[in-house]
Amino acid sequence: MLPDLTTPAGWLPLFFFVAMGIAVLSYVVLDGYDLGVGLLLNRTSDHNKDMMIASIGPFWDANETWIVLGVGLLLVAFPLAHGLVLTELYIPVTAMLIGLILRGVSFDFRVKVDISQKPLWNFLFYLGSLVASVAQGVMIGRLIVGFESGLLGWMFALLVGICLPAGYTLLGSTWLILKTEGELQKQAMGWAKISLWLTAGGVGLVSIATPYFSAEIMSKWFVIPNILWLFPIPILTGALFLVVLKSISALQSGTSRKEWVPFVSVVAIFWLSFFGIAYSIFPYVIVGKMTLWQAAAATESLYVIFWGAIVVLPTILIYTLYSYRVFWGKARELSYQ
Amino acid sequence: MIDTLLLSRIQFGANISFHILFPTISIALGWFLLYFKIQHNKTGDSSWQDVYQFWVKIFALTFALGVVSGITMSFQFGTNWPGYMEVVGNIAGPLLAYEVLTAFFLEATFLGVMLFGAKRVSQRVHTLSIFLVAFGTTLSAFWIIALNSWMHTPQGFSMVDGRAFADDWFAIIFNPSMPYRLLHMMIASFLTVSFLLAGLSAYRYLRGCRAAANYAVLKLALTSAMILTPVQIVLGDLHGLNTLEYQPAKLAAMEGIWEGGKGVPAVIIGIPDAKTRSNAYEVSIPKLASFYLTHDWNGEVKGLNDFGDKIPPVAPVFFAFRIMVGIGLLMLLASWLGRWQLRGGRELPRWMAKGLVLMTFSGWIGVLAGWYVTEIGRQPYLVTGVLTTAQAVTKLPTGMVLSSLLAYLAVYVGLLLAYIWVVFYLTRKVDDKSMPKASVAPASASATNPLGAQ
Repeated sequence: MLPDLTTPAGWLPLFFFVAMGIAVLSYVVLDGYDLGVGLLLNRTSDHNKDMMIASIGPFWDANETWIVLGVGLLLVAFPLAHGLVLTELYIPVTAMLIGLILRGVSFDFRVKVDISQKPLWNFLFYLGSLVASVAQGVMIGRLIVGFESGLLGWMFALLVGICLPAGYTLLGSTWLILKTEGELQKQAMGWAKISLWLTAGGVGLVSIATPYFSAEIMSKWFVIPNILWLFPIPILTGALFLVVLKSISALQSGTSRKEWVPFVSVVAIFWLSFFGIAYSIFPYVIVGKMTLWQAAAATESLYVIFWGAIVVLPTILIYTLYSYRVFWGKARELSYQ
Repeated sequence: MIDTLLLSRIQFGANISFHILFPTISIALGWFLLYFKIQHNKTGDSSWQDVYQFWVKIFALTFALGVVSGITMSFQFGTNWPGYMEVVGNIAGPLLAYEVLTAFFLEATFLGVMLFGAKRVSQRVHTLSIFLVAFGTTLSAFWIIALNSWMHTPQGFSMVDGRAFADDWFAIIFNPSMPYRLLHMMIASFLTVSFLLAGLSAYRYLRGCRAAANYAVLKLALTSAMILTPVQIVLGDLHGLNTLEYQPAKLAAMEGIWEGGKGVPAVIIGIPDAKTRSNAYEVSIPKLASFYLTHDWNGEVKGLNDFGDKIPPVAPVFFAFRIMVGIGLLMLLASWLGRWQLRGGRELPRWMAKGLVLMTFSGWIGVLAGWYVTEIGRQPYLVTGVLTTAQAVTKLPTGMVLSSLLAYLAVYVGLLLAYIWVVFYLTRKVDDKSMPKASVAPASASATNPLGAQ
């Protein structure tokens, strides 16, 4: 099933598949907390709204860029699949783009318009975040079932469409625990606990439903010896949920000052979930229909991007870390001065 | 015929028209901001600080709109034009990849530091961030135009089994039309911003603002426009000659020349008619087109009839070209006249200030007209001689494409109106705070709008 991985035609497409996976994962985690904060925006006072936005303001632009890299890698490394995938996902992609547009411009419009119009842009910020999150969930769901057109396939997609926003809300609220103080931070702890149950439920449902859709996926998981080294994943995920719950309770009661634990644990949950999905899908780009090798661009073109990527990607990571260092610590009011 | 092809073309056109409005401003405005910042660093004069503080707000808003519409563009290729990547993916892929990797990430990451990090990093690092953002946007333009130019004048590749494969990346990137198109676009960006700067400064001037900083920006903007407009006209002419050589059908459409031959007349007025393959109500000057295209009154110029049905829609290209040139000439007049009127620190006449306000977004009209000339002029090809637009389009049902098109249009019209309104609103607000007896919004109203309260 796997081609010869010692040849460039073998390992280059694999490299890009992994790179694309990392780009999508980075996007989901990074813009996940932006979107999560957006989903929570209307639940608090106006002053707190500004602090929430201040916590994500310096980062959202760069965070969003990871999705461009992800779809960009799909475009450049797997051109034969790119058109098929985006055609199948036409409606959710359009919805997501409009959601991202509204969310992105609301960042700026909300603080530049007359004060009477600010609530409108706050609402559009929330709406954009909601539409984008639901659309992304639907896209992931459709991808997992290989674009199966039956009713169940669509219902599964809708399920993921609800679970992903729940997960983003968890990410967003734990980010706020890390980056804010006082009343807002306390509120965030409350939000985190609620979204925790929703997310845990979602992850559980998706994990059960996924193998149901494909005999191939089923046999990758529920087969000796695979199941022996795979079962730690759901166990670990479950444990992490407990860690999140416990650490937030500890923060609430004052027995812990480790504000980073919830967020880091949620990120780890996302990583594990992502690995689970990636493992289920591999080696397909379009499940059951096109493998990553079938979809790949010419080896020569992949080489051209490859050499650029291995120089540039570490650079991007370095200056991204630099920018997080500049904005380390609690969120402060955003000012251009 | 309203079909998926036409709707997809309109949708792509709408998406990219909306998108281009904003990087056109961001590119040059980033460099102007760098200039303002450096002037402030050098002189310590707080007026430069004020100028920077105002224009950075416009920049942030513009940049955000450019980014979100740019993200939409990266998906458009796949959603509506799957045939494009299938056929030319090996060329387009790496170029787009480099655009994202070397430019998009750079500008997006340092934007955060540039906008919000002024107090958190040293002055040096902050200035460097501004440079990196401006550089990133310029680098983005380089990669995108390299790819777009290749679609117009492709070279350095071979076709194998109906797919393009790269042979020579230097030839691909530095294809025949690329240098002209890149320079023409860069200068268009600077001209657009010059008139944006001039227009908004003139708007403040009309409302009574006589601050030295405002006058300085007005003068800077008009000086910049005065120098760049003639350069752009010359460059446009050279670009036209390049188009004559490599895309003669497009050139013929621009000029409205149906019958080629020797000593071809220049069409001044006319309405191109695709059915009769002639221009209605044509008024033309004999031999003039041959003269300015070949520098020989009897020079040979190809006409649209030499290309059979492989010609673009003529009327849109013909009129867009005239609009673009018209805007260019208007800019030439306005910049020279306006700058002359400001000599020696003189007052700007009110009628001139009003004219400049009306020209605030003239750059946008010129840029859109120019892009319509070049992109519509390339039809029926998506990649000249390699792939037609019709071959690349999606097979999705018309209804789906129509829905997405309407959704995009609704969002874009709304955002465009909001943008223009906010730009003028911010301009009014600066004066309301800086002019002692003008009406001022209650302090508490802007208290919860931290970024607005400058």
